[in-house]
Amino acid sequence: MAHQSDLIESDIEAYLKSHEEKSLLRFITCGSVDDGKSTLIGRMLYESKMIFEDQLAALETDSKKVGTQGQDLDFALLVDGLASEREQGITIDVAYRYFSTDKRKFIVADTPGHEQYTRNMATGASTADLAIILIDARKGILTQTKRHSFIASLLGIRNVVLAINKMDLVDYDKAVFDQIVLDYQAFATHLREDGVVPFEIVPIPLSALKGDNIIEQSPKMPWYKGQTLLAHLEDVPVQQADIEKPFRMPVQWVNRPNLDFRGFSGQISSGSIKVGEIIKILPSAKQSVVKSIVTLDGNLDQAIAGQSVTICLEDEIDISRGDVFCEAGKPAEVANQFEATILWMAEEPMLPGRSYLMKTGAQNARATITVPKFKVNVNTIERLPATKLELNEIGECNIAVDRKIVFDAYDDNKDMGSFILIDRLTNATVGMGMLRFALRRASNIHWQATDVSKSTRSAMKTQKPAVLWFTGLSGSGKSTIANLLEKKLTAMGKHTYLLDGDNVRHGLNKDLGFTDADRVENIRRVTEVSKLMVDAGLITLVSFISPFRSERQMARAAMEDGEFLEIFVDTPLEVAESRDVKGLYKKARAGEIKNFTGIDSPYEPPKNAEIGVNTAEMSAETAADHILLTLEERGILI
Amino acid sequence: MKRLTHLQKLEAESIHIMREVAAEAENPVMLYSIGKDSAVMLHLALKAFYPSKLPFPLLHVDTTWKFREMISFRDNLAKEIDADLIVHKNEEGIVQGIGPFTHGSAMHTDIMKTEALKQALSKHKFDVAFGGARRDEEKSRAKERIFSFRSADHRWDPKNQRPELWKLYNTRKAPDESIRVFPISNWTELDIWQYIHLEKIPLVPLYFSAMRPIVERDGTLIMVDDDRMPMKPNEKPEMKMVRFRTLGCYPLTGAVESEATTLPQIIQEMLLTTSSERQGRMIDHDQSASMEKKKQEGYF
Repeated sequence: MAHQSDLIESDIEAYLKSHEEKSLLRFITCGSVDDGKSTLIGRMLYESKMIFEDQLAALETDSKKVGTQGQDLDFALLVDGLASEREQGITIDVAYRYFSTDKRKFIVADTPGHEQYTRNMATGASTADLAIILIDARKGILTQTKRHSFIASLLGIRNVVLAINKMDLVDYDKAVFDQIVLDYQAFATHLREDGVVPFEIVPIPLSALKGDNIIEQSPKMPWYKGQTLLAHLEDVPVQQADIEKPFRMPVQWVNRPNLDFRGFSGQISSGSIKVGEIIKILPSAKQSVVKSIVTLDGNLDQAIAGQSVTICLEDEIDISRGDVFCEAGKPAEVANQFEATILWMAEEPMLPGRSYLMKTGAQNARATITVPKFKVNVNTIERLPATKLELNEIGECNIAVDRKIVFDAYDDNKDMGSFILIDRLTNATVGMGMLRFALRRASNIHWQATDVSKSTRSAMKTQKPAVLWFTGLSGSGKSTIANLLEKKLTAMGKHTYLLDGDNVRHGLNKDLGFTDADRVENIRRVTEVSKLMVDAGLITLVSFISPFRSERQMARAAMEDGEFLEIFVDTPLEVAESRDVKGLYKKARAGEIKNFTGIDSPYEPPKNAEIGVNTAEMSAETAADHILLTLEERGILI
Repeated sequence: MKRLTHLQKLEAESIHIMREVAAEAENPVMLYSIGKDSAVMLHLALKAFYPSKLPFPLLHVDTTWKFREMISFRDNLAKEIDADLIVHKNEEGIVQGIGPFTHGSAMHTDIMKTEALKQALSKHKFDVAFGGARRDEEKSRAKERIFSFRSADHRWDPKNQRPELWKLYNTRKAPDESIRVFPISNWTELDIWQYIHLEKIPLVPLYFSAMRPIVERDGTLIMVDDDRMPMKPNEKPEMKMVRFRTLGCYPLTGAVESEATTLPQIIQEMLLTTSSERQGRMIDHDQSASMEKKKQEGYF
């Protein structure tokens, strides 16, 4: 691995000394298979002498076996990692490459460029300081060029290299290069007019295959006076701005080895901090003074953005993971409703009203998302109406979280304004987002405390309030059992209310249909109504098909512990269909009703229902008695 | 104040990753292999939690064929930093007498390393295990996430990896799954050496050149570390000035002839050398995608 420097042989100590001072640049390469992206990366690794002889030998063998360059080296083979990709000849995921020159260490996020890989590109872009957007000189600006530019700017990348590749195939013609640059600048102006933050654009003509203008100035293009690609990457200023911004440090971990030491560990997101300075701790808004900045290498007087440190304070304040240390005069914001840009990353679409987990910095919260205000066509940057977000779609949404979150707008501070969304059942990362600003609505409506409480109301009724949530297929017997049970409870002098799916759809939910999104909203509303009923001290019977596990989980989470009893009316589809009391199955089978649960819309059975009844095996009467018994056992009837 | 250097940035990133695990995992463990990457990882962990003790134990999977110097180094270090060290050996494998000379490198590695690791993780119910792998080591690793999920039977599914955005790590998992976390993913071999040099991190002496008893087999220089190595006719250990670029089971780790006895000399040799680090490891040689296959099967 022969680095350029002659110092290695002559004076290794001096070489090491000079390399301690190297900086780090992370960049992403955007382009599709045909643009020669892998070839470019392979070429950079090769030119910076990061390829060992044994790897080179393997490359020579591979090039002959599966390469696309005849007898020449196929540099793309160096970077196409996984076996399945090599067979298909495409790159399918994000891969990271490393090389360094005498000035800098580089981390390259290599991501595929097709539209179906928007999420992969966003992943690579999330940690990049710079983006190289590849353009095939023969083809000029394409739809994908626009897409890549949009995503790069969305993720806050400020430096863009327009790598106009395959110049060898257009005879190194200056006119071709100039035209592409002109076209791109027109497009970039268009982007700016659309409010997308502008970035610096540096166009470079090159041939990754032949090595022109990669590391050495190409003799074939004497008309190009700018820097070579590698020279530009070595010199472009890496964001210094973070240090200039107000101080922020999310508390990651409370460091408490013994009673005498209490420190708060975290990585500084922005700004700098000195011993003796005043900080504000959010969300509590308490203030304290920095007593010490502790590291294994000794205490520091000062620490700056990017460093992982442990801070001790002068005052004993209750601080836990997720709190954020801020510059006292310029604190971050605290809110529980936001406008945000979301990129959806899962096969299953983002459903408005469904509850997801949100992680931002060291904070975790439960989040629900409203119907998108619009989604963006990533190819034309047009805004389109949307009711949900599908895989790889980007939209502007409002988000509500169940607790106060400390944040800054993403454009001001990436660490403080970025978040991921996690599916609560599969634990998959399903979305990524950028916080734009807080919505003030929620903070202007305060909870009105009332003197008569839920427990007072229910004690008067000699019962504990509860939600008896009946779920099951249409025709499974939910309403019949719920009706019988309510009669029995009333006969015992209990105070009840029965919310029936069909009945609620006649009024409150009249505007909702049967798409997945509407089903989620249907359940969200009935959950809120049940909550009010429970607050009134009532035993509330809810008889809804409620086909999705996550919405039932949401309803459960909205109630207090022990208040929610899930009753699975577990009647097999064949039995329910054979009954077909309302004639709905017949219509669904005939295609007259769409999205019918059990036919062309899924039913997700409960995994941990408190009570299970099966009307194929027991009568509705027996089922109602069985539930009554459970209520007595659980002390709900007192 | 001036900007951070590349090593300072890498250090801060690794510390951030370790603290996320300490804060969010229930029962984490650090896999400690005694090699240079493990040495750096352990050093970073000491920094991450100082002045607290390491909030997790160290786990060493001992195949019983490690260099003796590795074992004594490990035990001394654990004592010195007051770490909770768990050493796990595959007892069934020992009873069956599994070894590289008798069963070949593939079977030995599978039973005494891969199997043993799975046993240890299952036995102690560790939900997160730190590993010292780097993405620059090998092509299949270039695509692996920093937080890499394993199914209940410890398998890796490269097609089904979670996207990893910014520095927001999703640590949620099903009860029977586990996570491998690679805090030094973004370090290169040169970074590792430079950091060891700068931070004066102690290393097993085997990395430095010395006169050692060597037998040459199929072009590989094997150090005769104990009398379990069967000699072929005409084979006689010869004293040679050698060192090791990676450490593992002594019969499976090739030495290189070298005069480098100091860190700067080692780095100098590495920078001038012409073959990649894993070449000394026999496990990769079988076929080009062998590491990817092994990883899918549960080899860390």
